[in-house]
Amino acid sequence: MLVFDIAKTHLTSKPKQTIVAMLGVTFGIGMFIAMVSLMTGLNRWTEELTMTSSPDIHIYNDITQERNSILEAVNVNGLNKVHHQKPKNEPNKLRNAREMVNILQKDKRIRGVAPTLSSQVFYNLGPVQLNGTISGVDILEEDKLFDLRSKMKAGNLEDLKANNDGIIMGKGLAKKLSAVLGDRVVMTTPQGYTITLKIVGIFQMGIGTIDNIRSYANISTVQTILQQDQSYITDINIKLYDLYQAKTIAPEFQRMFKYKAEDWETANATILMGVIIRNILTYSVSITLLVVAGFGIYNILNMTIYNKMKDIAILKAMGFSGRDVKYVFMIQSIIIGVLGSVAGLGMGFGLSYLISLAPFNGGDVVSLDHLPVLFDSTYYIIGIVFGVVTTALAGYMPSRKAARIDPIEILRGQ
Amino acid sequence: METPVKGSSVLKTYKITKYFHEPTKFQVLKEIDLSVNRGEFLSLVGKSGCGKSTLMYILSTMDTDYEGELEIAGERLTGKNQNYLAAFRNSHIGFVFQFHYLLPEFTALQNVMIPALKLNKISAQEVEDKAFEKLKMLGVHDQAKKRSSKLSGGQQQRVAIARALINDPDIIMGDEPTGNLDSYNSNVVFDIFQELTHRYNQTIIAVTHDEEFAQRSDRVVEMSDGKII
Repeated sequence: MLVFDIAKTHLTSKPKQTIVAMLGVTFGIGMFIAMVSLMTGLNRWTEELTMTSSPDIHIYNDITQERNSILEAVNVNGLNKVHHQKPKNEPNKLRNAREMVNILQKDKRIRGVAPTLSSQVFYNLGPVQLNGTISGVDILEEDKLFDLRSKMKAGNLEDLKANNDGIIMGKGLAKKLSAVLGDRVVMTTPQGYTITLKIVGIFQMGIGTIDNIRSYANISTVQTILQQDQSYITDINIKLYDLYQAKTIAPEFQRMFKYKAEDWETANATILMGVIIRNILTYSVSITLLVVAGFGIYNILNMTIYNKMKDIAILKAMGFSGRDVKYVFMIQSIIIGVLGSVAGLGMGFGLSYLISLAPFNGGDVVSLDHLPVLFDSTYYIIGIVFGVVTTALAGYMPSRKAARIDPIEILRGQ
Repeated sequence: METPVKGSSVLKTYKITKYFHEPTKFQVLKEIDLSVNRGEFLSLVGKSGCGKSTLMYILSTMDTDYEGELEIAGERLTGKNQNYLAAFRNSHIGFVFQFHYLLPEFTALQNVMIPALKLNKISAQEVEDKAFEKLKMLGVHDQAKKRSSKLSGGQQQRVAIARALINDPDIIMGDEPTGNLDSYNSNVVFDIFQELTHRYNQTIIAVTHDEEFAQRSDRVVEMSDGKII
């Protein structure tokens, strides 16, 4: 095609200028891909971390919740006001927890249900005394929800099941106590009960706030520590098939059981806010880069057209229509856009790969040795579409101007 | 291609009138009636500002802002849209300018080929053969593969003439075709024009300042104050 050949000749006769224009697009797309891969990698990682630490829906007895005062019951039609209402002195036990678990297990939307009970304890090893929590769980149910098996650093889950005075301890906690597998630790509850338990396993979730304070034990062990009966359960953790339904299902359970049911999004609102902010940052920086690249192309094409006024005039005199002239320059900008974008995808992949190799020390707070990078073809498609569209738009305006050039003005002007 | 018949009219105008609106309204052309016959070598002369270039751009169909009527090769062109006129110029009119306006990135041969490739009537190979033949006729075939920007002024003008001829146009229009050439090359171009008209029955309309050039052509049309005298 003649128009295409002319466009190609224009591009190849000024290779430097063409390459500079292409590099603008390449950097824009490359940085977009690299940023988006890292940010979505981080987001995915945060989300997974959130999932390991909190259940999709958590049902518990929120004793600090506002409740109707007894005055309301007595003086029904009156205008009642109770100042500084104290929480009712009741154990934070879930009544009929077994029944609730049975009902929940029949729900088709639910993948797994794990009843647990937890308590504050002091860990003692020699002179060291540390504040922490102990969770009484059915360890195999808990594994279904949080994939504990893959988080085990020493020992294994079945040992806990077999050992009624065993615990599985968080890695950070064990380190602080300088305790290793097989050591015995003494624990004291706030009520003053003391017990000695043996470490049968060590886990690491990767979140400091859990690894540094939590241990798992069997439900009956914790019930013994707390000197409670067999029906004493404080929390029910639920895993759904579709975790994004949690927000709609949780209120349903709250109404049904009259206990607080909290979904994971509400429980981790601050972390998820970070995800949103990262997305906003990524897209605003990427769009800025591409717009800058677009202006570069606009400038270069404008300059080319200014230098090619005479050529345009003679092409028009020889019988090229305004549309043909427009195509000559549009094709140039689209070639720059496509080649620049494809190179940008390569650059983006290269950068993402380098980032994924770079060592990163998360410290004690999070267990992270490399930055998480997500390689998702969707972003590569967005990148190339965005790159080509931006360059086409940037090329369209100068090309339209070229189409409108009046050849007589140029030919007579000389 | 229709067989050119010497003497039949190839271009006709009827009362062509044009105004300039900037800076003030000014009548450049006053009811120009002109008829040009096939095979005629016509020089359009006159003082600066008499309107001869303006008339030529109207005749070339590039300027459509006029009153009156224009007919080329039996076709009435007044009122046709720009795209139609562009296509018409491509097949019916060849241009030679004072500054040759070759496309500098292309070779001499490619420059000659472009209007024919645009017309797209014959294959690219045939176009190339024909372009080479035209260059040979003008004595610049040895420069065919050179970039046009590397040629001398006289060579460039001959390449430009070859380009004007490639689609066998009804009329070749020249705006000061020898204006930028030394006397030797001016003579070469004049001889080419004369040969084209006398031997190949080509019609040529040239705007010129060159007295000698005008006097040697077949017909001289002199203009003054927007009228033919």
